[in-house]
Amino acid sequence: MRQRVDAVTASQLVIAPVLLPLLAGIALLLGRSLDLRWRRAFALTCALGQIVLALVLTRAVADGSVLVYALGNWPAPFGIVLVADRLAAWLLVTTSVLAWFALAYACLGSDRDGRHFHVLFQLQIFGLSGAFLTGDLFNLFVFFEVLLLASYGLLLHGGGRRRTRAGLHYVVINLVGSTLFLFAAGTFYGILGTLNLADLAEKAAAVSPQDLPLVRTAGLLLFAVFALKAALVPLYLWLPAAYANTSAPAAALFAIMTKVGAYSILRVSTLIFGADAGPVANLIADWLLPVALLTLAVGLIGAAGSARLRLQIAYLVVASIGTLLTAIGLGTVSGIGAGLYYLPHSTFAAAALFLLAELIAGQRGALADRLAPGPVMGRHWVLGVLFFLSAILIVGLPPLSGFIGKFLILRAALDHPAAVWVLGIVLGGGLLALLTLARSGSLLFYQIAEADAGTAVPPPTWRALAPVAGLLTLGAAMTFWAGPLSDYTAATAEQLLQPDGYVRAVLGEG
Amino acid sequence: MEALLALIIGTLTACGVYLILRARTFPVVLGLTFLSYAVNLFLFAMGRLVVGRPPLIDPSAAAYTDPLPQALVLTAIVIGFAMTAFVIMLALKARAELGNDHVDGMHEP
Repeated sequence: MRQRVDAVTASQLVIAPVLLPLLAGIALLLGRSLDLRWRRAFALTCALGQIVLALVLTRAVADGSVLVYALGNWPAPFGIVLVADRLAAWLLVTTSVLAWFALAYACLGSDRDGRHFHVLFQLQIFGLSGAFLTGDLFNLFVFFEVLLLASYGLLLHGGGRRRTRAGLHYVVINLVGSTLFLFAAGTFYGILGTLNLADLAEKAAAVSPQDLPLVRTAGLLLFAVFALKAALVPLYLWLPAAYANTSAPAAALFAIMTKVGAYSILRVSTLIFGADAGPVANLIADWLLPVALLTLAVGLIGAAGSARLRLQIAYLVVASIGTLLTAIGLGTVSGIGAGLYYLPHSTFAAAALFLLAELIAGQRGALADRLAPGPVMGRHWVLGVLFFLSAILIVGLPPLSGFIGKFLILRAALDHPAAVWVLGIVLGGGLLALLTLARSGSLLFYQIAEADAGTAVPPPTWRALAPVAGLLTLGAAMTFWAGPLSDYTAATAEQLLQPDGYVRAVLGEG
Repeated sequence: MEALLALIIGTLTACGVYLILRARTFPVVLGLTFLSYAVNLFLFAMGRLVVGRPPLIDPSAAAYTDPLPQALVLTAIVIGFAMTAFVIMLALKARAELGNDHVDGMHEP
């Protein structure tokens, strides 16, 4: 009896990280006339609760079990299921921790710029959590739309001409992406008669030769959609303008958005198009590595050529997704494990840089974040040290987690046939990133132009610097606990490469 | 009937793609609408075309039509509708703030 109760609680735990932000968002919408202090406290508490839920869920799946929650108790593949495995829990923890820091920063004042900031923020977390947990292709589309709709609002938060222009491009390209997603999902349903991911995996492996071209087309169309969300070459062009022009907390939260694309690619390519999938085996994997390496190179060249700090960071986000998918593209346990260790690290590093860039821009008057000599900044030594540490983190120099992430990726690449390409581009790219950020740092902090007197701005408050420092501390913590964390990601990779466990957990033992 | 529906979906998609590639926001919004019509019909057709059959269990029915694509289309219509409303508002905002309706917000040469 006790065991039965435990099993029920465990499976109901899966829906909790989806429900909490949804209910929090609705509550914030209803309570929008309350004092801002109450709303901030409520939003921060809910974000903290989300971290706790994610950690509890991680503990529940850490032994390799796959938890399934059937909505309305309709069994799969007829009903919709939410599925939690190691990968989903890992991404939930990353998202919730990142969201808390971004929210803490927003609560210092930038949430005043729009009336519904906190509502949109919670709904964004709702969409992200749902996308990581769902076990249904059409539901994935719906959660994509939820997180995109919230992100449209957050992107435009605060207003401004540049933001509107970048926002229009972002919205239109994502709507086209959604249409393609529906075409892909429709084709899958038309041929295979199911939308449940586990069921799709079984049916796609047994597809008849005459239907094979259609299934391959749908699979590659799906890959194109995910590549658009992940900002892979040549579909990355929307990202730099959108991320560089939005508000800092939104940009920090968006650091996880491209990872949703990466997550979907990883999930679909291992579950449906894995090595054992018969006629559709390795459909996506063949494309992934070259495209990812190209993305890495293009992102770093873009960063080197940027004239503004925020644009540079946005290109570094493109480069980091390139690195991440390079690791995933290796297709081995060590490669995917290394990529999954790199994922939270690169997310936290990019978020820290986005928050820091706004603080730096706020100190430089009309120059803002343009990379040109400017006035001496208030608390310049704190900003300088934080910039130095963030740069070390994102470039991947020892002793912080970026180094360990890159080291794991490079070690995994050694036995791969394309090892020369991977090593060459990742190491050469690292050098280029180092030079780029060294140049930015010296332009911002060492070269001083005459300041126009009279426009004294208060130095950044310690409270505003704290979230940046907190994100950097996470990087240090990931270094300190690199052993257990990389063990967990390696176990995650093993679980992903043996999709039978996932399929059996969803569809039952039969 | 299949050929006719395929032709309609194809025409709608072609119009949608052409309009999305235009330089003004209004045709782009129209193009998005055309594309969402096309994809809704496409989803609908994925349950195979059946005439005069019930979607729900009915003791007297000889055969059924697939109800799932209809549910999917309903969801897609609702989402598409909200998105279209949003993108129209955004296009109007861009027109007001940037002073013209070019997708890049540029001025006339």
